[in-house]
Amino acid sequence: MNEIWAGIQSAFRLIIALDADLVEITLRTLQVSLSALVIASAIALPFGTWLAIRRFRYRRAAIATLNALMGLPPVVVGLIVYLLLSRSGPFGVLGLLFTPTAMIIAQVIIITPLIASITHQAMRELWAEYHDLLISLNTSQGQRVFTLIWDGRRTLMTAALAGFGRAIGEVGAIMIVGGNIDHATRVLTTAIALETGKGDFALALGLGFVLIALALVVNLAIHALSRTEREGTW
Amino acid sequence: MTPPMTASLKDVVVRRRGKTVLGPVNLDLAADGFTVVLGPNGAGKTTFLKVLHGVERVSGGSVTWSLSDAEARQAQAYVFQSPIMLRRSVRQNLAYPLLLLGYEKAQIAQQVAEWAQSIGLSDALDFPAPRLSGGEKQKLALARALIRKPRVLFLDEPCANLDGRSMRDIETLLAAARQAGTRIIMTTHDLGQARRLAGDVLFLIKGMVHEQGPAATFFAQPSTAEAASFLKGDIVE
Repeated sequence: MNEIWAGIQSAFRLIIALDADLVEITLRTLQVSLSALVIASAIALPFGTWLAIRRFRYRRAAIATLNALMGLPPVVVGLIVYLLLSRSGPFGVLGLLFTPTAMIIAQVIIITPLIASITHQAMRELWAEYHDLLISLNTSQGQRVFTLIWDGRRTLMTAALAGFGRAIGEVGAIMIVGGNIDHATRVLTTAIALETGKGDFALALGLGFVLIALALVVNLAIHALSRTEREGTW
Repeated sequence: MTPPMTASLKDVVVRRRGKTVLGPVNLDLAADGFTVVLGPNGAGKTTFLKVLHGVERVSGGSVTWSLSDAEARQAQAYVFQSPIMLRRSVRQNLAYPLLLLGYEKAQIAQQVAEWAQSIGLSDALDFPAPRLSGGEKQKLALARALIRKPRVLFLDEPCANLDGRSMRDIETLLAAARQAGTRIIMTTHDLGQARRLAGDVLFLIKGMVHEQGPAATFFAQPSTAEAASFLKGDIVE
């Protein structure tokens, strides 16, 4: 109990003092997770929607695979990305290992199936509602996907936020591909793991509270910007 | 001068789960007029409309329009029995078909304003369409279909479950569409409405066309016993 209290105090101290290291780590955490979210959303939202409206031979297998990929173990993803980006790997020449870009790549791989799967579920229901109208209006495949994404954007926000939650809380993969290098690839989760390893539980908890607050602030900001509650009953 | 838009159905059959729900149907549809499709529940009226509109695949036979398939689809509009509202405002619902057709913003705004006024929703342009009343939704669905200026309009029981006032508003819009030269094909269960609107009648039972001809003749002297029973209000299966 004392350690939790000390953690809260530590978090307050770090935030109020605007600790330079904390600000740097927090900004890097946001940069990596938001970049991964934008890239993953750009892939997953159209793909999940396309999967909801398109009928093809192996559709069921594709959906089952997508759902299974939601449970990808981050450590394994980290290991595979590490091998691909290491000097002896096929993309070693790019020199991306132990950079924020490598961490973004790993996070994109982890959260894309999650966002695509939730998108598919939500768009399937909307497609059932809109099907006859959009077919009747002679819409193209692209117009259907765009219409569903636009009209289902509030539901899709939930999918994106779920992805962001997974990305910002991720530690295993980014520890492997980022290396937790001070002033280079250290983010909040890897810093928490480091401080816990060193036995500085108060600082680790403090960073943990900052991480939770950050996730809450981003969620609330996105909800406020998208006016989810005010127009959610459409 | 655009060519007249006629349709020809040859041996059209629709089967679902091994059961024939429509056909075989052989008939020609003229380029002009107001056709009302009548028949008991399960007669195949909705399937007939959807086959004509091309959104229901036929199991056999063919539907041929006098225009190319792409042109024919663009020249048609369909109003469903349960109006489908996009999760958008009234304004955006009216604008949607015009956006798909690539109209310019100013043209869209003008057309939307005109149609909103004609259906009495000028004050509700920014109101969410899914929250309108049943009658308002059906009027909006009809306006959204007519805003594209279709040459052929399909209506699947557009006044089902509507009160007298909403029904009158819908019929006024349909009369205006006819005046503007739109070919209308409509299903209904309401014989009074059929008498008011129909130029000619198609009478279906069990997926087969039992009678086809001018409305005045059909209502005055039905040529089959089934049609006579239907008009008397007897149960016809």
